[in-house]
Amino acid sequence: MFDVYKIRKDFPVLMQNINGKPNIYLDSAASAQKPDCVIDKMCRVYKTTYANVHRGVYALADEITAEYEDARQTVQKFINAASAKEIVFTRNATESINLVAATWALDNLHGNDEILLSEAEHHANLIPWQIVAQKTGCTLKIFKIGDDGSYLPEEFTKNLNERTKLVAITGMSNVLGTIFPVKDITTAAHQVGAKVLIDACQLAVHQPIDVQDIDCDFLAFSGHKTYGPTGIGVLYGKFAILQNLPPYQTGGDMVEKVTYQKTTYAEPPARFEAGTPAIVEAIGLGEALKYMLNLGWKNITSHERELIRYTLQKTAEIKGFTHIGTAQNKGGVFAFRVGNIHPQDLAYVLGKEGVAVRIGHHCAEPLVNRMGYTSLARASLGFYNTKEDIDAFVAAVKKALAFF
Amino acid sequence: MENIEDLIENFSMLEDWEDKYQYLIELGEKLPPLEEKYKTDAWKVSGCQSQVWLIPEYKDGLLSFKGDSDAIMVKGIISIVLAIYGNKSAQEIKKIEVEKIFAKLGLGEHLSPSRRNGMMSMVDKIRFYAQNLEK
Ligand SMILES: Cc1ncc(COP(=O)(O)O)c(C=O)c1O
Repeated sequence: MFDVYKIRKDFPVLMQNINGKPNIYLDSAASAQKPDCVIDKMCRVYKTTYANVHRGVYALADEITAEYEDARQTVQKFINAASAKEIVFTRNATESINLVAATWALDNLHGNDEILLSEAEHHANLIPWQIVAQKTGCTLKIFKIGDDGSYLPEEFTKNLNERTKLVAITGMSNVLGTIFPVKDITTAAHQVGAKVLIDACQLAVHQPIDVQDIDCDFLAFSGHKTYGPTGIGVLYGKFAILQNLPPYQTGGDMVEKVTYQKTTYAEPPARFEAGTPAIVEAIGLGEALKYMLNLGWKNITSHERELIRYTLQKTAEIKGFTHIGTAQNKGGVFAFRVGNIHPQDLAYVLGKEGVAVRIGHHCAEPLVNRMGYTSLARASLGFYNTKEDIDAFVAAVKKALAFF
Repeated sequence: MENIEDLIENFSMLEDWEDKYQYLIELGEKLPPLEEKYKTDAWKVSGCQSQVWLIPEYKDGLLSFKGDSDAIMVKGIISIVLAIYGNKSAQEIKKIEVEKIFAKLGLGEHLSPSRRNGMMSMVDKIRFYAQNLEK
């Protein structure tokens, strides 16, 4: 049984009051709160088994290396990768994408090639490709989404051709909530010989991911959004591709043999994990993913689906409440405006009411502009949110309406 | 332009945040809008969560500012900032402890460095204009 009220008790930050009011946390798309088991696990590692990984031959070093590699296997299981060797630990999704841009893209892209992105990309899945385009002379193509934020298959296929060498696409928009059919997109891209990178930052929080089924070449997500710690992210890459990539950074831990003149690099994933990694954070991430898997995807998705339905129903009762992004296939991310109230003004009042929403361009400035705005408010859900949270949010918006 | 002493007195009579916010909105509504021709990137204060424009004016050795925003409460805050920094010499501007004044108004959170939602960027820009005037 999925009892959200019981689950919330695992999240100490959610149990706090804000300005004397319950903490209505609707900013999980920016970063999720962490359950006790993650915090405790990290504490326990620091207090009992801490040492550097991969280096020592003493008991602690063995133990922590085992825990670090166990976390990698948990990630493998979480996205159903064929092998744990396909899981590279990074700092966050941003670094994962930059890694692919700096290694695979700079090595493989040339003047006549094209990179294809959607209009809905986060800056993290846009700017690295702008740089690649500048450096290699390849062309950055952006395919249109609908005015309602929906994926338009004909816009995608229209822009896909034999010059397309990479399709880099978000699995779920962090502004509009739109879920992109990443498997169909991958199949079509592969037909023209393009590689596919999926920015699964939001998708990984809300839906099970099977990289073998999708067949994507790369996939990136951040630990801090999947209820894990900051400072740890994941890059999945097909082993056959990773194996042929040059290193991203160089130094310790990523080498096979070093002489003063020449170095041969270790196999992936070690090749891409130069220096001492975020050991404890990786272990914390493993714990967070286990927590999610224990809750069960069926439970998480059905709870969130009901919350989305409830949010849409309740916000429809608010005068002037406009959703930006109303695609059929949409996750629990709601960008909105209320009448002519500026999101900044709205957020001042919501903040006083203990309701945490985000405002601005959400690191997707071209997208927010494309939807016709300079700033949007955004409420986003985690599996720990309740109908009471939505009620409090709606009440706070109504209170704000009385001000402006 | 508002008088900062009056503002401090008026704010001191307001106890709830609701009343303070209501008053900020009133101040925002009273702030004369900037002419459209000034609402360009050149006059924009970057780093704000709403659009904020700030124009310096220099007369008889004193600086004053005009400002605007597309958010009404932000306009209210701008109105206070303009009252604090209006008709001042560069030397005077340097000495103003704006955080203390905002704390007195009960609006300290709007200038706190942790929030950094742009009001401090506006103050930084004012200080920048004052500093450059000295040179
Ligand atoms: C869709 C999407 N991509 C990429 C990112 C970047 O994630 P991070 O800042 O953790 O690297 C985010 C986070 O805001 C996101 O929502």
